[in-house]
Amino acid sequence: MNRIRLALPLALPLALVALPGAAPAAPMGDPHLAVLRLSAAEAARRNEALAVAGAGADISFERFPGGAATVPRVPGEAALRSPSANMAAERTLDFELGRAIFDKLWVAAPASTRASDGLGPLYNARACAACHIRDGRGRAPGEGADGGTGSLLFRLGSGAGADPVYGGQLQDRAAPGQVAEGRVSLSYEARTVLLADGTAVILRAPGYLLTDPGFGAFAPAIGLSPRMAPPMTGLGLIEAIPSADILAQADPEDRDGDGISGRARLVTSTEYGAEVLGRFGLKAGVATVREQVARAFSADMGLSTPLLPDTWGDCTDAEAACRAGPHGQETGVRDGLEVDGQSFDLVAFYARNLAPPARDRIDDPQVVTGKALFHDLGCATCHRPAYVTAKLADRPEQSFQLIWPYSDFLLHDMGPELADTAPEPGAAATEWRTPPLWSVGLAQSTDPAVGYLHDGRARSLLEALLWHGGEAAAARDRVIRLTKPDRDALIAFLESL
Amino acid sequence: MKRAIAALLLTTSWAGVAAAADRAAVVETYADIAEATYGDSLATAVALQKAVEALIAAPSEDSLQAARAAWKEARAYYQQSEVFRFGNPVVDAWEGKVNAWPLDEGLIDYVDVSYGESEENPLAAANVIANPKIEVAGQEIDASVITPDLIAGALHEADGVDANVASGYHAIEFLLWGQDLNGTGPGAGARPYTDYLQGEGCTGGNCDRRAAYLQAATDLLVSDLSYMAGAWAPGGEARGVVTATPEAGLLAMLTGLGSLSYGELAGERMKLGLLLNDPEEEQDCFSDNTYNSHYYDGIGMRNVLTGHYARADGTEVTGPSLLDLLKEADGTLAGQLEGQINGTVAALGAIKAAAEGGMAYDQMLAPGNKQGEALIGGGIEALVAQTATIERAVGALGLSAVDFEGSDSLDNPGAVFQ
Repeated sequence: MNRIRLALPLALPLALVALPGAAPAAPMGDPHLAVLRLSAAEAARRNEALAVAGAGADISFERFPGGAATVPRVPGEAALRSPSANMAAERTLDFELGRAIFDKLWVAAPASTRASDGLGPLYNARACAACHIRDGRGRAPGEGADGGTGSLLFRLGSGAGADPVYGGQLQDRAAPGQVAEGRVSLSYEARTVLLADGTAVILRAPGYLLTDPGFGAFAPAIGLSPRMAPPMTGLGLIEAIPSADILAQADPEDRDGDGISGRARLVTSTEYGAEVLGRFGLKAGVATVREQVARAFSADMGLSTPLLPDTWGDCTDAEAACRAGPHGQETGVRDGLEVDGQSFDLVAFYARNLAPPARDRIDDPQVVTGKALFHDLGCATCHRPAYVTAKLADRPEQSFQLIWPYSDFLLHDMGPELADTAPEPGAAATEWRTPPLWSVGLAQSTDPAVGYLHDGRARSLLEALLWHGGEAAAARDRVIRLTKPDRDALIAFLESL
Repeated sequence: MKRAIAALLLTTSWAGVAAAADRAAVVETYADIAEATYGDSLATAVALQKAVEALIAAPSEDSLQAARAAWKEARAYYQQSEVFRFGNPVVDAWEGKVNAWPLDEGLIDYVDVSYGESEENPLAAANVIANPKIEVAGQEIDASVITPDLIAGALHEADGVDANVASGYHAIEFLLWGQDLNGTGPGAGARPYTDYLQGEGCTGGNCDRRAAYLQAATDLLVSDLSYMAGAWAPGGEARGVVTATPEAGLLAMLTGLGSLSYGELAGERMKLGLLLNDPEEEQDCFSDNTYNSHYYDGIGMRNVLTGHYARADGTEVTGPSLLDLLKEADGTLAGQLEGQINGTVAALGAIKAAAEGGMAYDQMLAPGNKQGEALIGGGIEALVAQTATIERAVGALGLSAVDFEGSDSLDNPGAVFQ
């Protein structure tokens, strides 16, 4: 058996990875949005709101992170499952239908349920909801060979991109009669961080072991990039932020000398062909919600959609048995796809409309202190608080809202400790997209077993803070030096999101 | 948070002691009906178990038909329990064991090769009944002896999220009827009784293992239902969730009614099937019993509203009802909801009548079947209409402060940037 030991984290010199050029000077368009022009009054209101938000001053709008789409904060399993509060009643049944498909357990073909078959032949999960637990983030993976890695999947690659045999992602499950690509067993190594006040925090450093190759020995240079399912909160609002507003924050050469050099990732849109801003995915590799949904159906579940019509998902030519395996579509029925256009649109509509819950305790003195610290320590440099979404002709739920995602949606060097070993062509091993923080305070109420960061290694918000490295190392060190009351205040602020 | 608690206290003090007692009595009726409904589901499942034993002991057309009839009878009571599922985490977490869908029938037993695309479909043989050892989701499973534990553990995974659906009513249904290969045309599954003949005459191969699977799946259903009937008995876990406070119970009742009406029945089970024109996107696809499943969902909703349940043995469970409480709070709203739920039962009854008259539910889903589309559409419309009233009932009973904490600020347009 070919066993490859891939102990992460490992130091990967950033200089070895070729980076694409800086973002273009001219703002690019947003072909996925039907943008309406703002009136002069609307534009003035937008600029005024952003100026106040940028200063970190307390304003009442912040109580509603998703603007008018914000739903009441009701901690518990359903906390992240509500549709945009401003959705018209006649659209809510579409949301429910989208949810039904999002929760649906797909079955391998052939099955009587012809509209629900076509899973695989190779796959990671049988339902969207299997990894995005209750529309939140994935579960922290268990340890050991038999525990599986749950909501954590692995991208594969060598320096040149996807693996020629195993493709771009490891599918660890297979339909009956098919052979899975392999398995990853996970182990954690304890690492102690001593805070300035003497508190010791034990972190878990993950190591991965790729085993059980289903299609011949793994290439010696094969690398892994662990990817934990991120929460679904507010995706439609993120999609509605004008690209120009995100690009304006990019500073790839760190010209302002603040040690933070956010880089916009440009990707070729599957749907529009053009180069556009990548804003979804843990490395900002995907431009739109529709493309993200299509990729997940394809690579994670082996299901064909209008955007990615291959029935075999991520299987390569070398995986002939998978390519020849049964699939769940018939010519002339349901668009000749496993996930037909209408079902696909319903899931995209659902994914756009999982609403951010209202903030908690925003007037609480501890939270107010924590928010000030968040800004003073430099967290807000990358976790940018607020945006105003574009005014949209066809998406009233997301149109012209002041929103508070707390992300710049740019790539940052997060240091060798968080690096993967399978860099994507457009993102270095150490680079990760700043994740939005809205709803992070409800994560453990939605599912007590969630893990934070791109691979779920952090069991608490404090652990997640302490893993920050690279550009964020200075801010992390400032967190380490905080007094206990200040540290508690910072965490209280995060929990109020 | 503070505001929500204050509102709740206010509601309680205004309502006074007598009204609080009424509320508790309404919740007691609800829990008693739940206990009786799951008790009847268990009793009819035990009758099914006996019929299955008879089929396995002496396979014949008669014993197969008797087992099918027992399954349909059991289904009528189980479906009335679905209204108790939503809003009660104890029930919702358990429900997948007995009623999960869609089924992986290709994992259980042979399926028609025409359902695969490939002429030489290796999958037709990759099922548990034909194989003592089988690889599922990349892991080899020892299925040499088919037991309830094998089905519940190795096949139907405990954590639910990536389970293969291999147990419950639909697994048994598949083993009694077989695949319905008629698409949107007339006819249900037509498994011959000879699939259970031991030795000579056995059709479909591995008749001993098929019988073992059917027996094990039925035994498992009985034990799962036995657990849930107990969970609704006094002191049981599921009853405890709703009787914790009268408000928690009332909210669970209305959440159950609303969620089953809207997302589940109108949306997932009816509208989605209509959109996809998929004859098997229905619930009871092997037996063509879907119309009964929908209809008894409707009866279950009416039971909860009216506090009245007709048991399998002919007796009745009745007591102070949600409707009584609503009549006190808002007579107009109560009348409207009563009328709408009766309208839903009538619309689902029209589907049942048409199905019993020869147009099966899967035929109604056929593209271009205007009459079928209108029948199903009528059911969807009735369910959607009653959902809006159920939402208003939450407010009428003063429960909105609990459910929609902080919504007063959200409703203030000045607080939102737009």
